Amino acid sequence: MKDFPYTESKDTRSGFGAGLHELGKTNPNVVALCADLIGSLKMDAFVKDFPERFFQVGIAEANMMGLAAGLTIGGKIPFTGTFANFSTGRVYDQIRQSIAYSGKNVKICASHAGLTLGEDGATHQILEDIGLMKMLPHMCVINPCDYNQTKAATLAIADYEGPVYLRFGRPVVPNFTPADQQFEIGKGVLLNEGADVSIFATGHLVWKAILAGKLLADKGINAEIINIHTIKPLDARMILESARKTRCVVTAEEHQMNGGLGDSIAQLLAREEPLPLEMVAVNDSFGESGTPDQLMEKYGLNETAIVAAVEKVMARKTK
Amino acid sequence: MAQSTASETHAPEATKSVAELQQIATQVRRDIVRMVHAVNSGHPGGSLGCTELLVSLYFKVMQHTPEPFDMNGIGQDLFFLSNGHISPVFYSVLARSGYFPVSELATFRKLNSRLQGHPATHEHLPGIRIASGSLGQGLSVATGAAQAKKLNGDQSTVFVLMGDGELEEGQIWEAALYAPHHKVDNLMAFVDRNGQQIDGPTDKIGGLGDLRAKFEAFGWRVLETDGNQFETLLATIKEGQGLLGQGVPVMVLMDTQMGFGVDFMMGSHKWHGVAPNDEQLATALKQLEVEKASDY
Repeated sequence: MKDFPYTESKDTRSGFGAGLHELGKTNPNVVALCADLIGSLKMDAFVKDFPERFFQVGIAEANMMGLAAGLTIGGKIPFTGTFANFSTGRVYDQIRQSIAYSGKNVKICASHAGLTLGEDGATHQILEDIGLMKMLPHMCVINPCDYNQTKAATLAIADYEGPVYLRFGRPVVPNFTPADQQFEIGKGVLLNEGADVSIFATGHLVWKAILAGKLLADKGINAEIINIHTIKPLDARMILESARKTRCVVTAEEHQMNGGLGDSIAQLLAREEPLPLEMVAVNDSFGESGTPDQLMEKYGLNETAIVAAVEKVMARKTK
Repeated sequence: MAQSTASETHAPEATKSVAELQQIATQVRRDIVRMVHAVNSGHPGGSLGCTELLVSLYFKVMQHTPEPFDMNGIGQDLFFLSNGHISPVFYSVLARSGYFPVSELATFRKLNSRLQGHPATHEHLPGIRIASGSLGQGLSVATGAAQAKKLNGDQSTVFVLMGDGELEEGQIWEAALYAPHHKVDNLMAFVDRNGQQIDGPTDKIGGLGDLRAKFEAFGWRVLETDGNQFETLLATIKEGQGLLGQGVPVMVLMDTQMGFGVDFMMGSHKWHGVAPNDEQLATALKQLEVEKASDY
């Protein structure tokens, strides 16, 4: 099992804030909108240095999505910022009609996704957002794993023409992605080569998959670990290549089973290469209040759960 | 006012007389009833009621370039239709002002058409800049487009039309709060105050009340006008243009009659989304006779 050294832990939302600030300097068409959550989205630096390109919308997310769609008419590249819950479910019809169906170049940037939002509880812990967004035709859906990757993704989506959903979060997690690693939309990142099982993880579960890989190595299981940061378009080629080699698959994500990364990969395998698959994800449940670590443990989204899923799926492999 | 001067001087057909606009409006109304009759669906009531406004904007007021169509519309006045169900009047006016061939009106609501039931950009119909139909979204979009113009140093104006029943949507009031607060003063919004919605009179259903007082309380400059009389409507638009550029957006409450121009459709919510039958079409076309009619 490869080692993944890191010098510090950081929150992915700060990677977004840093990327947005850099875009402010390098791309004059980038504008930002926020629904009363500048500090939470780490947009402070952009607001301070580019006030004429920042729009404080207040607690009015539906209006924010419409404004963003309008700003593209005139060549702007709007980045909207609020919590994942208010970036998707609350404004689904606005995104559907004014952004996705209208083909507008809006970047929907969503923080505090999933259980790791913690103590605020289920009202704010959206676990359906990937599914909601990936169902929209032509919507690109990205869920990076750490600070450096979130920053790189933020820079990359500015150069991508079309609507994008960029999902990140609040907790501090190991920042192991090399700072100079290019972010390629739709391309998985091979983290560890292995032969016994393929683990496809996204977002905060990527680090958990690495931890699981070490535990598995101690048991003599050689796991291939791939970071699928782009859920749509899915890197079908890389996923199928790995699955054909290892003959069994585990998916891991901070999301509902329905509609998430596991659901996309299950569809792909069912069509192209039916193989045993286990999903590490929330099973048809809302979250609750608690610390992020407590919640990830209770809802089965940690390295222990991944190890258990690997053992289960390997037992299902045809001999 | 940079906005109003530019519009009046450079609108492609700014010299059109009221009599000429009237002729165009009658032709547009013929298009509307024929389009909805042909597919036995669509929304004639609001379309007929807003004909004077769209003809005024596209044939007199707006500075715009139909061909080649530019999505970003830099340097052009822009119009957004928030109540997308009145697509027949929008399509007719776009075709007759040169955005696409008039003959294409015959494809309205048919399979493989660019003229979807509600306006869409998806099929790349020139003149459409946003999809609309699900109500309440157009004021936000128009406000965003107006702010893009400001960032671009573009002096032109953004116009948007909403239905009065549509004002029951909460997003309208989010945008109504936002635009004056952000001094979006290159924006002129219109409300088609025909007093009707699908289930009956707006005041029975939504309780819209005193719209002037409501929008003034939100910080808009509010004008009221008869939306079915060219002289008064054009005078109001001109007055509104004179109020732009002063830190405040302009809202025009436009009293119209649903179905205006076809006597049996006038003033009733029953013609919101119902097409005329063969006999009703013949009656309507008789009332909409126009010199040198050029039906598609």
